[in-house]
Amino acid sequence: MPLDFPFLYETLTTLLGGIPLTLQLALLSMVAGTFLAFGLALMRVSGNWWLDCPAQFYIFVFRGTPLLVQVYIIYYGLSQFPSLRHSVLWPFLREAYWCAIIALALNTAAYSAEIIRGGLLSVPAGQVEAARACGMSKLLLFRRIVLPLALRQMLPAYSNEIILMVKSTALASTITLMEITGIAAKLISESYRPVEVFVCAGATYLAINFFVARLFAGIETLMSPERRNLPASTSEKQEECHV
Amino acid sequence: MNYLQLMGLGPEGWGYDMLAATGTTVAVATCGFFTGAVLGCLAAAASFSRYVALRASAKAYTTILRGIPDLLVIYLFYFGSSSVISAVAALFGADGFIGAPAFITGALAIGVVSGAYQTEVFRGAVLALPRGEIEAGRAYGMPPLLLFRRIVLPQAARYAIPGIGNVWQLVLKESALISVIGLVELMRQAQIGSGSTRQPFSFYLTAAALYLLITFVSGRGFRLAERRAMRGIRRAV
Repeated sequence: MPLDFPFLYETLTTLLGGIPLTLQLALLSMVAGTFLAFGLALMRVSGNWWLDCPAQFYIFVFRGTPLLVQVYIIYYGLSQFPSLRHSVLWPFLREAYWCAIIALALNTAAYSAEIIRGGLLSVPAGQVEAARACGMSKLLLFRRIVLPLALRQMLPAYSNEIILMVKSTALASTITLMEITGIAAKLISESYRPVEVFVCAGATYLAINFFVARLFAGIETLMSPERRNLPASTSEKQEECHV
Repeated sequence: MNYLQLMGLGPEGWGYDMLAATGTTVAVATCGFFTGAVLGCLAAAASFSRYVALRASAKAYTTILRGIPDLLVIYLFYFGSSSVISAVAALFGADGFIGAPAFITGALAIGVVSGAYQTEVFRGAVLALPRGEIEAGRAYGMPPLLLFRRIVLPQAARYAIPGIGNVWQLVLKESALISVIGLVELMRQAQIGSGSTRQPFSFYLTAAALYLLITFVSGRGFRLAERRAMRGIRRAV
């Protein structure tokens, strides 16, 4: 089959128009989701049963059901309640855009909460004890000791989560949003040339995800000065573990 | 009609339809999972090959399939195989679009995606084996296949269980996406039900609860399997 370059070029330029929406969905839901996740993680590590239990339940429910169901419940399901349809929230909940962001944010919060919890728990007890011995207040200790160490520890898992999020934004196309996958599906049904459109759309996603992975690898290097002067072989091994 | 009547097993209720659709979900997820297991084994074997071309293609497979949305892969398989079928049918005089069977294309699509994840799980499991065991096997003069069957497989399978459990959960949740190509599984059934009763929340919530039930039960199953497989191994933590 000869390659039809004009068609590929046209497809690619059309798909590029979907990138802003894809990035917006990923970024906004990521920001909102991270705040929520942080709260959930603190509830998980609080040691208080009344805080821990609801957080665990939330994480169980959102990780145990498909994202598509969550999107549909918010976009289609909520319209079942007349009281909600007449409330002040309706202008938001009517829009596919906000529904997609809410669903993605709630979903990523469940996954990120466990990542953040893992990061918090990975802080060596000795460091916290030393800080306490220096007389740091709880808040100062958290800001200066726990948070920086935890952030560094959870970066690799967090970058994986962001890549998953970028991929998940494709589900927004099922509720009428025209991001990359939405445009791709439309192009496929118009042209009946699934392979070419798929290659272009796939390449676009791969490029975005490659960029995210590089960005986080860069941040990781910035945040771990102790590793910078290691011999090449060890640092390579480190990287392999995180892929 | 209240919720219990709506989801009940009576003549007016949707209970049987929802349960049958749950069965379809489990069936399509299982087919996709095992397709992925075969692909994952092949790609993991290729990634340990001494030929650069095989290693590179295994790497490309896992990188690409894990980097693009599953929905896109499902669209590709559905529309791709449909256009092939339509072209073949056109040779015999039929015209117009002929859809590919949704169950097979859906299972294949999630199989190919989950294969990429399973490749990484199997790779990690094999890498977790102590090198000395393989060297010892070789020193006894075992041919590669026997070495694989007697030494590598039994131990790697054990290490692979937690990762495989994660992939299964992923496949199960991915199977909801097959609803977009029209297979009547749990998600699609919920769509149909909410369309004809105008009670979308009840239907999607029921679907969510059923998904939760499957993931919970299978998660328990995998944990039991892990405990059983690891019973002879001492662990630091």
